Amino acid sequence: MSTQISFTEEQSMLLDTAMDFCSKNSPINLVRSRIEEAQSLPSDLWSSMVALGWAGITVPESHGGLGLGVTDLVPVVEAMGRNLMASPLVWSAISANTLQQAGSDEQKSAWLSKIANGAVATMALIESDGSWQLSNPTCTGSLEQNLISLSGTKCFVQDAGLAELVLVSIQLENQPRLILLERSAIPEQALQREVVIDETRRCYSLTLDGIKITPAQVLPGTCFDEIEQTAMLLLSAEIAGGHASTLNLIVEYLKTRKQFDQYIGSYQALKHPTVDVLIGLEATRAHLYHAATVFETGSPSEKETSVRMLKAVASEGFAFAGDRAIQFHGGFGFTYECDAQLFLRRAIFCQHQFGDETHQRACLANTLIDG
Amino acid sequence: MSVSEQELDQFRLEVSTWLRENNPGDPGFLLPESFMEVGTDEQFEYLRNWQRKVYDAGYLGMSWPEEYGGGGKPQVFQDIVSQEMARQRVPFMTNTIGLNWAGPLILQQGTEEDKKKYIKGILNADDIWCQGFSEPDHGSDLGNAQVKATKDGDDYVINGSKIWTSLGSYAKYMILLARTSNEGPNKYAGLSFFLAPMKVEGVNPQPIKKLTSEYGFCQTFFNDARIPANSIMGREGEGWQVAMATLMFERGNVGGQAGGLSMMDINVNDVLELARRSSRNGKPALDDPLIKDQMVQFLIEAKSNALMGTKAKIPALNTERPTAIAMSGKLRGSELKRRFCQFAISLQGANGGRFVSPEAVDGGKWQRIYFNSFSATIGGGTTQVQYNIMGERVLGLPKS
Repeated sequence: MSTQISFTEEQSMLLDTAMDFCSKNSPINLVRSRIEEAQSLPSDLWSSMVALGWAGITVPESHGGLGLGVTDLVPVVEAMGRNLMASPLVWSAISANTLQQAGSDEQKSAWLSKIANGAVATMALIESDGSWQLSNPTCTGSLEQNLISLSGTKCFVQDAGLAELVLVSIQLENQPRLILLERSAIPEQALQREVVIDETRRCYSLTLDGIKITPAQVLPGTCFDEIEQTAMLLLSAEIAGGHASTLNLIVEYLKTRKQFDQYIGSYQALKHPTVDVLIGLEATRAHLYHAATVFETGSPSEKETSVRMLKAVASEGFAFAGDRAIQFHGGFGFTYECDAQLFLRRAIFCQHQFGDETHQRACLANTLIDG
Repeated sequence: MSVSEQELDQFRLEVSTWLRENNPGDPGFLLPESFMEVGTDEQFEYLRNWQRKVYDAGYLGMSWPEEYGGGGKPQVFQDIVSQEMARQRVPFMTNTIGLNWAGPLILQQGTEEDKKKYIKGILNADDIWCQGFSEPDHGSDLGNAQVKATKDGDDYVINGSKIWTSLGSYAKYMILLARTSNEGPNKYAGLSFFLAPMKVEGVNPQPIKKLTSEYGFCQTFFNDARIPANSIMGREGEGWQVAMATLMFERGNVGGQAGGLSMMDINVNDVLELARRSSRNGKPALDDPLIKDQMVQFLIEAKSNALMGTKAKIPALNTERPTAIAMSGKLRGSELKRRFCQFAISLQGANGGRFVSPEAVDGGKWQRIYFNSFSATIGGGTTQVQYNIMGERVLGLPKS
């Protein structure tokens, strides 16, 4: 199996720029104050990100984007994760990719350049049973006199409140399909905010009942594996960033807090697990940039294996880091005021989106052992 | 010096062919698993001859300077040899302490005379080296070493005892950490480092029987042993710094080793192969979802270690804690091996309770490797000491 990692000059520059941008624009006090706001980020901040070209990183140059790969988005998302920044960037990018892969020429022309210019797009893939199997939606569309009427409810639709476009998975004539829903076609009461553990995020349920679309809104193709794998890769990039900041938070506290006249970081009961948090971070980042490399160059099976290993290692590592961050802050860790909870909440959310570690290992067993 | 991919591919082919044609094969007796387990003369002679053959073919010390007996080539050639050796599972290089710890240290810090005197004998296995760091009462607390070295004319007189001296009975030289003074601001200040001859009066290595019931380690007793004063490396009182530099080589924190394998290569794929032919209560063991999940976890963990190795070589991905991966290598690798050996035993049903014997699964190999795996989780600084070092030096946490 390959252990290749190529980290290009391009990625390195993007990482530096994004680290700088995100730490300036998403300090922890701002992250906290955003929790009470309706949207995950202020519109001027989104405009600055768009101005940096980030919304169009994966959009082809012919449609006004930068024409780079998902691989180049990884460092940007990692930097966002480090600063607990929430934004529609990831799902806009995955939507653009999906359109590119599975959309018609008309659909691409209508949306890709808009997305590159900052129109927010998102995807509605998950349903209330919490299943991670994307190609088996239970929401349906039924054809009635040249219109398709939709029914069912989608969950975890991120940043739907900002979105101009939602790509939705449904069953249509017993086939899993993707459809385009413009914001104007969604009745106001169809979108409801959900309470999710990561309070920096804005997730919505989307009730499809009563919405009708034309056949032209159905994407000619599907690419559920690609969507799943890209989501895992970018979620893991976010996890890697969050994990790094959690480690810093723990280390800072262990170096400054004293009990029994000793810095608590001198106690091995705290020191040794903190080293495990560090090793977990190194492992996650190694898998992250390996999977990003394989994303560009690997075979489909290498791609799946590397991204599943990544998601397994990343999910478990960040959840452990967040968990220990609470414990090692003692009584303070039990309070809302302590930042550790922000990271643990983020960790648990990311862990359970697109497959936790046990799910990933079960999938990997199919290829590594049974295959 | 840059080398073309083509040249490297060609070289890999050449090495691979040579190894296939020259692999000494099954000697007809149980081979030790690492340089720490060499317990009989026939094992030792077999391994020494193999190392000599590899060196004579030009495949050892390839990156060391030519004037002292090395190959004078870029490191990448030696790396290819080591990879091919692991792939073909040829026996390891028995003079590991010389090749990978003492040798690079002498090249880094030794005098011209030292290099001329020692390097070639290390490479061709004429001169076997051992290490005298740990003492019966001072294992992890190396800085507290108490073996005495007292200057007397042109000699130092050595008294006390060292323990865990692998290859002690075969060694011609020892890298020795000894106390030349009890003065100074701290315990470290009185230590000195010697390239000490072993075949002198008053040096007595006594084999120790290990938990596997094999031999391979010694306790080395010094009783008024006289070694030449010029065998000191550095000056009196600099022993701690030299010992730390040695440990950097030993733990693989820095490069410069002569290369080759220092132990039998066992990895997770061997465990997977065992799992595939194991049964549990009459059914294939891998049908058990818990066993399967554990197996996948080990495969992932091994991949993590391999990928960290790749990542460590890309500075732009290691700007924050550049030493984290290298400093944790021994701890990660040795702990993984210990745990996957436990798992391998757990795959054997009631036969997990056997030990080296014809009835045991794979002749009891897994039980033996499991026991021997502690040599790496304890030797060279225990896992727990490694955690302290990581916490303090890499994360900057206060000392324990």
